[in-house]
Amino acid sequence: MTFARVALLVLRKDVAIEVKSREILYTTLFFAASCVLVFAFALIREGRPPEEGPSGILWIAIAFSGTLALGRTFERERYGDTLRALLLAPAPRPAIYVGKLLGIVLLLLVAELMLVPAVALLFQAPLFARPLLLAGLLGAGTVGFAAVGTLFAAMLVRSRTRDVMLPILLYPITVPVIIAGARGTSALLLPSPDEATALMWLALLVCFDVVFVTLSLWTFEPVMSE
Amino acid sequence: MKKAFVPLTIVVAAMFAYAPVLIARADYEATMGLVQKIFYFHVPSWFVMFTAVFICGGASALYLAKGDPRFDRVAASAGEIAVVFGLMGLVTGPLWGRKAWGVWWQWDARLTMALLVELIFVGYLIVRKYGGPGSEKLGAAMAIFGTANVPFVYVSVNIWRTIHPKTTVVPTLAATMAIPFWYSVLAFMLLFTLLMTLRLGLERQRAALDELYLAEDDDV
Amino acid sequence: MYNRIVLALAGVLALAARIAAFQPPAGQNEFVPASSLPPGDQLPAAPLLIAAYAFVWIAVLVYVWSVWRRLKRVEDDMHALQQRMTGGRKESRR
Repeated sequence: MTFARVALLVLRKDVAIEVKSREILYTTLFFAASCVLVFAFALIREGRPPEEGPSGILWIAIAFSGTLALGRTFERERYGDTLRALLLAPAPRPAIYVGKLLGIVLLLLVAELMLVPAVALLFQAPLFARPLLLAGLLGAGTVGFAAVGTLFAAMLVRSRTRDVMLPILLYPITVPVIIAGARGTSALLLPSPDEATALMWLALLVCFDVVFVTLSLWTFEPVMSE
Repeated sequence: MKKAFVPLTIVVAAMFAYAPVLIARADYEATMGLVQKIFYFHVPSWFVMFTAVFICGGASALYLAKGDPRFDRVAASAGEIAVVFGLMGLVTGPLWGRKAWGVWWQWDARLTMALLVELIFVGYLIVRKYGGPGSEKLGAAMAIFGTANVPFVYVSVNIWRTIHPKTTVVPTLAATMAIPFWYSVLAFMLLFTLLMTLRLGLERQRAALDELYLAEDDDV
Repeated sequence: MYNRIVLALAGVLALAARIAAFQPPAGQNEFVPASSLPPGDQLPAAPLLIAAYAFVWIAVLVYVWSVWRRLKRVEDDMHALQQRMTGGRKESRR
């Protein structure tokens, strides 16, 4: 089976399960919403959001929701013992990784579809000033976060302390993504959007994505074999 | 390695004993005055930390590729030493910054990203200790990712606004400062070698103990 | 697949060049040596300086002590284990 076919099959499986139960989708969406609300109640004073607040809050909400979604997705695999079945299949293992990665990215993109308008509304942020650049930042950032997250979540599936270990390992490594995403989004939120800076952060995000997806593809096989 | 241990200890101890003399004799820096002398221990700490980080990452990559437990032992030792020297850098930095910049912590890009690398490798140590069975491989992946993050750390200095002395400071040091600086670097690198030897010895003994436990199980 | 990797890496290099072209505001470029201190500058800095050096020394010593302690524990375990094994073998021979 070719690489792409395997990846798409894994993706289709995950999407099919999710479309039927919608469990992870709804819980992730609701968690993202409550995250944003908590920030709103904590930070908004006299109806005005803090400066530089909206971009940071958006990316924090993405990071937290992403961690939750990763945990839930692989918990489902662990519960059905399907991860071992996947690994035993005569399919290139990096393709399995890519399939899971695409599933997580898709889930997070749906969450962002809800998050961006919510943040724009609640924090009075002109997030739609440069929609293409924002989409680029969100896309590249999501891929970077999910790339590292999928690998770590898959690695931790058999570990006893996986719930607490995933955030501990994931957040320090993905801080460059958060920084680049938040700073890039901030640049777009200025009264006259600073496209050059946003493009520069986007370039950094794409570099990050390339490096870490490649690393994940290389390390997935040795790390998952017992 | 073992035979060199005692002479190495003596050399390192002597170098560190003499270092304050050299450092005191070095010129003061025109704008920062006395407190700049923290530089002679602060920067070599980072040199050692990043050396340890790259050794840990490289050994982890080799461990995942080849499966030889010796690589894992080197990675574990280097990771721990990276955290220790990183802590030294992270404490001496703010002490210097308090005088030079007026505040303990400025979210200056380089110190911040160094803090990140430190956190990553603290995570590495946590995974190795609490990750359960198979945590060597988890740790190895963590170390590889952490090491790959270092270039992003370095690039950030040139992208963020920063008041941290730039990377061009070291190559342009005047002779009166360069000599104690490179002396300190050498002293720190030798210290690193010494500590690696010590720590690796511990890992080797642990491996031997594990073998003994397995042998005992076989006997029983 | 390798072609794709090469293409991706070339893309990364191009982006890296773009990033490198970004000029940030300048920080201090080099240390300027001086052979004497401006007046009134010495005392407040000294505690910080001493604290910094003291921390480095203490950190190294604590770490060495920690490694030595763990080594002792492992070696004690080894001896205990060896005792048990030789003692056990003697008993099973009876």
